[in-house]
Amino acid sequence: MQSPVEIIPHSSGVVGVSWLMIVLPLLGAAILLLSGRRTDRWGHFLGVAMVLASFVVAVASFVELLGLPEDQRRMGVALYQFIPGMADMGLLIDPLSISFALLITGVGSLIHIYSIGYMSHDPDRRRFFAYLNLFVAAMLLLVLADNYVALFIGWEGVGLASYLLIGFWQHKPSAAAAAKKAFIVNRVGDFGLLIAIFTIWTTFGSVAFAKVFPLAGEASNGTMTAVGLLLLLGACGKSAQLPLQSWLLDAMEGPTPVSALIHAATMVTAGVYLIVRSGAFFEVAPTAQLVVTIVGVATLLAGAIIGSAKDDIKKGLAGSTMSQIGYMMLAAGIGPAGYAFAIAHLITHGFFKANLFLGAGSVMHGMNDEVDMRRYGGLFPVMRITAITFIIGYLAIIGFPLLSGYFTKDGIIETAMEHNQILGWLAVLGAGLTGFYMSRMVFMTFFGKKRWADDAHPHESPAVMTVPLILLSIGSIFLGAFLILGNRFMKFLAPAVGLPEELPVFHFGSTAGLATLALVAVGAVFAWFRYGAADVPEVAPRGSFLTTFARRDLYGDALNETLLMRPGQWLTRFAVFFDNRGVDGLVNGLAATIGGTSGRLRRIQTGYVRSYALSILFGAAVVVGALLYVGNM
Amino acid sequence: MPWLSTLMAVPVLGAVGVSLVKSDKLAKQLALAISLVVLVLTGVLAAQFNPTSGTRFQFAEVYDWIPRFGVHYGVGVDGIALVLIALSVVLVPIVILASWHDADGTGANAPPKRSVKTYFALLLVLEAMMIGVFASTDVFLFYVFFEAMLIPMYFMIGSYGGAQRSYAAVKFLLYSLFGGLLMLVAVIALYVIAEKGTFMFPELIGAIQDPTTQKWLFAGFFIAFAVKAPLWPFHTWLPDAAAQAPAGAAVLLVGVLDKVGTYGMLRFCLELFPDASKFFTPLVIVLSVVGIIYGAIVAIGQTDIKRLIAYTSISHFGFIAMGVFAMTANAGAGATLYMVNHGFSTGSLFLIAGFLIYRRGSSQIADYGGVQKVAPVLAGTFLIAGLSSLSLPGLSSFVSEFMVLIGTYEIHPVPAIIATTGVILAAVYVLWMYQRMMTGPTAESVKLFPDLDIREKWVVAPLIAVIIAVGFFPKPLLDVINPAVDKTLSTVQVDQFTPAVADKKGAGQ
Repeated sequence: MQSPVEIIPHSSGVVGVSWLMIVLPLLGAAILLLSGRRTDRWGHFLGVAMVLASFVVAVASFVELLGLPEDQRRMGVALYQFIPGMADMGLLIDPLSISFALLITGVGSLIHIYSIGYMSHDPDRRRFFAYLNLFVAAMLLLVLADNYVALFIGWEGVGLASYLLIGFWQHKPSAAAAAKKAFIVNRVGDFGLLIAIFTIWTTFGSVAFAKVFPLAGEASNGTMTAVGLLLLLGACGKSAQLPLQSWLLDAMEGPTPVSALIHAATMVTAGVYLIVRSGAFFEVAPTAQLVVTIVGVATLLAGAIIGSAKDDIKKGLAGSTMSQIGYMMLAAGIGPAGYAFAIAHLITHGFFKANLFLGAGSVMHGMNDEVDMRRYGGLFPVMRITAITFIIGYLAIIGFPLLSGYFTKDGIIETAMEHNQILGWLAVLGAGLTGFYMSRMVFMTFFGKKRWADDAHPHESPAVMTVPLILLSIGSIFLGAFLILGNRFMKFLAPAVGLPEELPVFHFGSTAGLATLALVAVGAVFAWFRYGAADVPEVAPRGSFLTTFARRDLYGDALNETLLMRPGQWLTRFAVFFDNRGVDGLVNGLAATIGGTSGRLRRIQTGYVRSYALSILFGAAVVVGALLYVGNM
Repeated sequence: MPWLSTLMAVPVLGAVGVSLVKSDKLAKQLALAISLVVLVLTGVLAAQFNPTSGTRFQFAEVYDWIPRFGVHYGVGVDGIALVLIALSVVLVPIVILASWHDADGTGANAPPKRSVKTYFALLLVLEAMMIGVFASTDVFLFYVFFEAMLIPMYFMIGSYGGAQRSYAAVKFLLYSLFGGLLMLVAVIALYVIAEKGTFMFPELIGAIQDPTTQKWLFAGFFIAFAVKAPLWPFHTWLPDAAAQAPAGAAVLLVGVLDKVGTYGMLRFCLELFPDASKFFTPLVIVLSVVGIIYGAIVAIGQTDIKRLIAYTSISHFGFIAMGVFAMTANAGAGATLYMVNHGFSTGSLFLIAGFLIYRRGSSQIADYGGVQKVAPVLAGTFLIAGLSSLSLPGLSSFVSEFMVLIGTYEIHPVPAIIATTGVILAAVYVLWMYQRMMTGPTAESVKLFPDLDIREKWVVAPLIAVIIAVGFFPKPLLDVINPAVDKTLSTVQVDQFTPAVADKKGAGQ
């Protein structure tokens, strides 16, 4: 294995001002939040401009990075002392972080532009753009940070932005509840990440990537396994992996651009980033790696099953997101052979899933915000651009040959197959399910009979929304081939994450690849018979046990409620009761036995001056007595 | 120039002036002006403070007070005292501005009008005492301030508070006096047994060597501080007092007065009785961890805003006490910074809650709903204060909570892990409170809520500015705190941790 290269301090050129990437959108958020209604008319343009500017800085940094020889492509940019002696603010510009920065600011810009149209009727559009800007800033800090403490600030910052945006329409109780749930479930993950950081600090005496990663091999295996599992817990929260997946489906309460940007393309992939970035720890902790792959496979199947049963188009896509991130986790758990595929799939997924979500938003925009696919149908002729771009995204995600998803997902499946046959075949099965649920979605939405509500007058969305769709679908077509063929992306990432001993060779028509294609085809054909050729009932039929199981999100919420919420409520009630009667009662009772003060406390109008005076007198007596005693010595 | 005496004299003289002027309005304006003068003076003092100087207590003044018993008027500040004095003098003008109408008898369901001049005079007297208690370098003088502070606070709760004010005020007083008496006994015993003939703190360090004596004296001091802070299970007076006190007084009570308890542990318990402190460390850490979790769980179950905030503070005091007794550089500095940060974040929560109660006339959470829609700025600032309370990174409390936890983890990993679950519970109590009060359909009773007015914005803005500034750039405060904490820990003589895998070029950054 070829190891990552050393981080070189750097302060000049574009990279020297790469902090502008973070500061510009942060400034945008601050201006938009503080300026009040004055900026309502042009605030959204400021929001877009800040992200575009950030994208320009990212591109310029990327170009500068490419200009360097490979062994210098890890640049540390020191900013300022944060907690003296423990953590400094600093950025790390390397192929891994810059890939994320390009994805975040690039796809982020398109989603900002789209939102101008999507949120045009919302009186709080300015606040919406403020939160989007805040999100971009926090997400960039997360991926650009050169140490775990700064990473954690970004990590919780994106959690805050996610909270604010899920609850953007907080007058709806369901949105407010979903926002709170997302934050709290994420905090469970953050608990793990915090303990991981503590352990890294006590083990290495530092939290800086440059200091700790080279020493990973010298720490005990037990410590590194613990750190790996704790980091995984954090990753599970942020990336909605089992067992912390339950918040993501509820998070669809947020406006659709939010679902596209935060809950599909970028934030939810932060867990994958964390694991790939911490590769040095995982590579010396095989047990932790194994758990990562198991979590990934379990989630990729669970997400696909959930996605197969949802009638709400956004929740269907959310299940799909869980599932696709499961693929990335699986690859990230494999080690250097999987990293490049994990990140490549993450990037192509960022494009096609944003494409799909924004397409869904465009459909909703034309259908009075209807999300139930049972009330769609036959929409192809009335919104052709939306339909065609959506179908491109669909073909990309199911792995239609030569489109983006084909290359990146197949890369993961092949690597998994070589790593462990069981994991590999389960990943193939997941691909088949993807073929089913995505085909179902397309057939129910764009084909078949019209099942529209009476007041629905579907229409194509304005250009400000369709142009981003077109650009994203172009990425959905070509990006995969560009990244994977000739191991282009793997070699690019090497300075950051290292290379596997043997470079993989992409070949069309491997056993696993053919099996995947066959299963996807079966899934799609099955979906065609049930949802394309047959009539779709407007009200969901009861369905089998399995359907109910999937509709209820595999009983994840029921499980949380039984195991955590109810006992929590009882504990809270008991603690409040105990505090009022127990502790306070005991103290009051004790006081009553000693001095009868409890009676006085109850007769609040009288007596308190007396007890006050009495105490003072007692105090004075002690002082005088003691001083006399001392004086006589 | 006797800086510290001046700092105390200005508000005392100001209080006299405030009680003498004719109109209430003038009294308020004068009180605000005085508090701003104190703030400026403190700023000038802080600018001259040298954190790395060899002199431990700077701006020191020592005069004999009762020569026969070696009692001095001794004041001086190190970094720890300085940041706490700074906290006090920043909060007082904000509280004065926030309390503008608290004694007027206006506002929904407000208590009847009471003497406005007295209220503001009491605030200024309290300010002088808060400065005094942190600046005392004589143990007896510290005790005097420690007890005397109760009096203005007693009257502010008992005369200007809510419906149950008398009960709350008496409970507050009795608890505090009980603790104070124990401390008094210990203070005198310390003087007698040390046989130094002085109450001056620097001279008493290392004076008590006998382990048993140390333990007894430690107990006297510690219980007084544990009641004051308050630590679990001495906490039950706080929710009553904080809920009944007017919002401004609650800020000073929870934000500053309670810190005297944790400050006392750090300053007096650790340095005067180092061996006893180490002996009792397991006990204190257990109490702290119980308090962190217990306070948070009980906070979740509260139905009254102010009681909820009070319980969150009990949880936070657990963090501070744990940080003090972990006796590592990070935890100690974190605990000290926590005392400051908690004052700002909880202060803003109490004040904004006060604005809500002024509008609605109720402190019941259930009486609100959907406030965000009608008063977005009020709701937004309340959220920021809440997020600081749950230690969101980028806001000040995160830095201190993180330092306390990581510093504790260095040598007591298990309690630190249990305490870290507090971050999950904190998210529950803050966000659930916000959800119930600010989101959802707008309740009929809050439909006509005005958003924050100019005065209220001036109250909240500086607090939020400090919360964000310290959140991103805590270095200036830590540079003042760190040397002082290191000095304290060197007196206690604890071994600092070494990383399991040390870099060959030297550990750390």
